[in-house]
Amino acid sequence: MPAGTLYRGREGMWSWVAHRVTGVLIFFFLFVHVLDTALVRVSPEAYDDVVATYKTPIVALLEYGLVAAILFHALNGLRVIAVDFWSKGPRHQKAMLWWVMGIWFVLMVGALYPVLGHAAAELFGK
Amino acid sequence: MSSDTSSAKAIGDVEGVSLYDVDNPAPYIEAPRKRTGKTPRSTRGNFEMAAWLFMRLSGIVLVVLVIGHLLIQLVLDGGVSKIGFAFVAGRWASPFWQVWDLLMLWLAMLHGANGLRTVINDYAERANTRLWLKGLLYTATVFTILLGTLVIFTFDPNIR
Repeated sequence: MPAGTLYRGREGMWSWVAHRVTGVLIFFFLFVHVLDTALVRVSPEAYDDVVATYKTPIVALLEYGLVAAILFHALNGLRVIAVDFWSKGPRHQKAMLWWVMGIWFVLMVGALYPVLGHAAAELFGK
Repeated sequence: MSSDTSSAKAIGDVEGVSLYDVDNPAPYIEAPRKRTGKTPRSTRGNFEMAAWLFMRLSGIVLVVLVIGHLLIQLVLDGGVSKIGFAFVAGRWASPFWQVWDLLMLWLAMLHGANGLRTVINDYAERANTRLWLKGLLYTATVFTILLGTLVIFTFDPNIR
């Protein structure tokens, strides 16, 4: 049986895909975020109303997803810079991706309570 | 070794027998896109290289600005619960945080806009589709940068 002809890549390709997807997601959030912050020019009540939605449990989960996307994009971006500018970067690109994932995982565990703690308290009581 | 000339050969035995030597040189083939008197000094600018470099330089600055921003807004001092008009007023009372947010706004918007420009160039196959998507992108980007800048510079803590 012939092998599939679709290029599925390896670590290098999938980190590139994830970098694109997280980048586009962060950019779309940025538009919304500048618009909601602009409400401070309307009135304190208008701003506090929209910020109240940021404090609900469902949006807290979205914020955790945003943190996940930003941390991956930031760490993998530093890896891309190392691949481009460090002479040994291309040789270590795969190892550096595992460093990225490791640091990302540790930071995500660290962000668990600060970002989601208040939502858990609201849902399940203190 | 089969050799009918004494001069150094340009190609080896594997490729075949050389048809040319010093006395019978290969015909001269003009380089494609040869520069002429009418050719401009540079046929294209360095925009793509500048954009490539900007992504890396702004990326390094944004790692500091954005992760600092996340730490302040979502982690320290009660996380998201403390955010409100009073918190924003307190932060923007200091020029340091005004500059921080202004720089973050401009760099993040330009970094994101250039990223999306690349994505549009990669996936929108029709020239017209690219034109409209990029028109929309640039319009939204300019609007958002100007709005955000205006908000930071004209913020009034005593609006009420």
